[in-house]
Amino acid sequence: MATYNKHILVCGGSCCTSGNSAQIADNFKSTLAEKNLSNDVQVIQTGCFGLCDQGPVVKIMPDNTIYTHVKPNDVRRIVEEHIEGGKKVEDLLYVNPITGERVEDNKEPNKFHKKQIRIALRNCGVIDPENIKDYIAHDGYMALAKCLTEYTPEQVIEVVSASGLSGRGGAGFPTGKKWASSARAKADQKYVVCNADEGDPGAFMDRSILEGDPNSVLEAMAICGYAIGADKGLIYIRAEYPLAIERLKIAISQAEEMGLLGDNIMNSGFNFHIELRYGAGAFVCGEATALIHSMEGKRGEPTFKPPRTSEKGYNLKPTNVNNVETYANVPIIITKGAEWFSSIGTANSKGTKVFALAGKVNNVGLIEVPMGTTLREIIYEIGGGIKDNKKFKAVQTGGPSGGCLTERHLDIPIDYKSLTQAGSMMGSGGMVIMDESSCMVSIAKFYLDFTVPESCGKCTPCRIGNKRLYEMLDKITKGNGTMEDLEHLRNLSVVIKDTALCGLGQSSPNPILSTLDNFWDEYVEHVQDKKCRAGACKDLVQYEINPAVCVGCTACSRNCPVEAIKGELKKPHQIDNSICIKCGTCITKCKFNAIRIK
Amino acid sequence: MRKVQSLADLQSLRDEFRAEFCPADVKKVQVKIAMATCGIAAGAKQVMNHMVEKSKELGLDIDFTQAGCMGYCYAEPTLEVSVPGRESVVFGYVDETRADEILTKYIQNNELVEGIIPVNYETTD
Repeated sequence: MATYNKHILVCGGSCCTSGNSAQIADNFKSTLAEKNLSNDVQVIQTGCFGLCDQGPVVKIMPDNTIYTHVKPNDVRRIVEEHIEGGKKVEDLLYVNPITGERVEDNKEPNKFHKKQIRIALRNCGVIDPENIKDYIAHDGYMALAKCLTEYTPEQVIEVVSASGLSGRGGAGFPTGKKWASSARAKADQKYVVCNADEGDPGAFMDRSILEGDPNSVLEAMAICGYAIGADKGLIYIRAEYPLAIERLKIAISQAEEMGLLGDNIMNSGFNFHIELRYGAGAFVCGEATALIHSMEGKRGEPTFKPPRTSEKGYNLKPTNVNNVETYANVPIIITKGAEWFSSIGTANSKGTKVFALAGKVNNVGLIEVPMGTTLREIIYEIGGGIKDNKKFKAVQTGGPSGGCLTERHLDIPIDYKSLTQAGSMMGSGGMVIMDESSCMVSIAKFYLDFTVPESCGKCTPCRIGNKRLYEMLDKITKGNGTMEDLEHLRNLSVVIKDTALCGLGQSSPNPILSTLDNFWDEYVEHVQDKKCRAGACKDLVQYEINPAVCVGCTACSRNCPVEAIKGELKKPHQIDNSICIKCGTCITKCKFNAIRIK
Repeated sequence: MRKVQSLADLQSLRDEFRAEFCPADVKKVQVKIAMATCGIAAGAKQVMNHMVEKSKELGLDIDFTQAGCMGYCYAEPTLEVSVPGRESVVFGYVDETRADEILTKYIQNNELVEGIIPVNYETTD
């Protein structure tokens, strides 16, 4: 039986695979066999290393060695020099991009440059979220203890301000400024509210934080309470997050039991209690004023600002509202200092941002990157590139309030400002990658389809305007649009942006405006040529079987739900487009790629 | 649990819990399973229950911990295995079969199995 003392990990991510990493793995196996080392050294292919620009990548364990740009004919050298000779192959070693040095020993993970830094997610996947002791073992509640014993409330706000932390819910309002404004307000009662009403389709950053590290949010809320002079905290969370709710409840009761929440915390005289408030899942309730009305038991409708919630919020008392991810950053800013935090990021956006990376990328996942990372790095290195080697088309950020960016935006260092300038927005962190099979008119329609029923109905531009926008998009995707419609679409979008009451309405036309700007040709094609280049608009496409390729296996006709495909066994089949509903079943069932979309 | 009295008190508790949860010198095999809603939906709970049972059968003394999201949505269920003296390894796409392989091949025999996910982020401590 084999007793391995070394492992050779060969990256099997799609970039490295296209760089022939399978051949590299095979070469390792055959070279090791030739040298009778197969029982000592194991070769295995792994997932993506996230070093796609330097692939193919090979890692030797336990020697902490990473080799980059490895070619199949480098294998013999690695085996002979490193595995047999014990001397690392200098010219293939990973180069630290900051120091420019070749890294011989990656023992210190921080020496190894990674695109992602986990700050808000620092404990997610690391600690047991249902055991406060594990959180304390990872410096939990040290920041609160430090604030209560060493800082005045003003000093806490100074640290938060100096760190440059800004609202991670999307708008990017400076957190320190918000806290200062709530601190200035005079009242007999103030509140700290955590906005956990994560409503963007495809976004799950806040849920992951609450499920993985609920105590960091509780600790931050207590710190905020101390800073602004509030003794009560409320978490507004949607009822459809049952696990997050359960873990928050456990965390609250454990923190109370240990005297880290409650009265006279750590003998400081400071009291802080946290309760949960449940939302029914309305998108508009993520807007601060609507959220507060919902917590008060009223309809979840926004009201005009000012007054801001920091002056008149919950029960008309000064209320500081921040989002989950914003709070999750606070404890570590206190313990590691404002300077440390502000050293990460760009000139105008500090720290990191968590994104839910989804869509047509190989490695969909929850990622956290420093502000200033480019979309290209996110998509091609962290995301491992576009699925099935298709062509990148667009990236949607900011959910229903954001926009679609294109190829030419890939190298913009992303932060609040740059994304807004490019016609999208940071948003809460949804990031959907689209390839050539995505129709941009349909994407805009998808987001409007989301916004229309989520409109609370209070103001006319949003209630009626968005409905009209949706109808126009629907008309265009069905091939009935006119050039005048495109003009109306833009005009009405601008009017809604200018006149809607709250953030939801003001941003709801963004998916349309950004696609009109960036994908105008596609709109025109839909209108003038009655053509959808992505083949996504069912009314504009026809399915066709290529008789030269079809072998007549009958897989398509047997699976067609509407019996639109006819043909004899072993003879090319035909599709009757008057019956076909363009469901795509035949395309997935055909093993010969004989079915085309025209 | 007793109430924390002061900053110094919290520090001593932290040191006590550190020895329990993240000792500098790990003596026992640790398995952390990503159990956010999405991991659980992908089968993480079944995998963990299965591994707990199976490790008893095999006579392996392992600390199992449920943790939050590790970020590898594309490869759920995911888990991280730390064996004393070895670099910890994250495995993805873990079903019951792979869980068995992790126990018998990797933990018992230091033979890696398919599904390794190289950690591509650094964590602030």
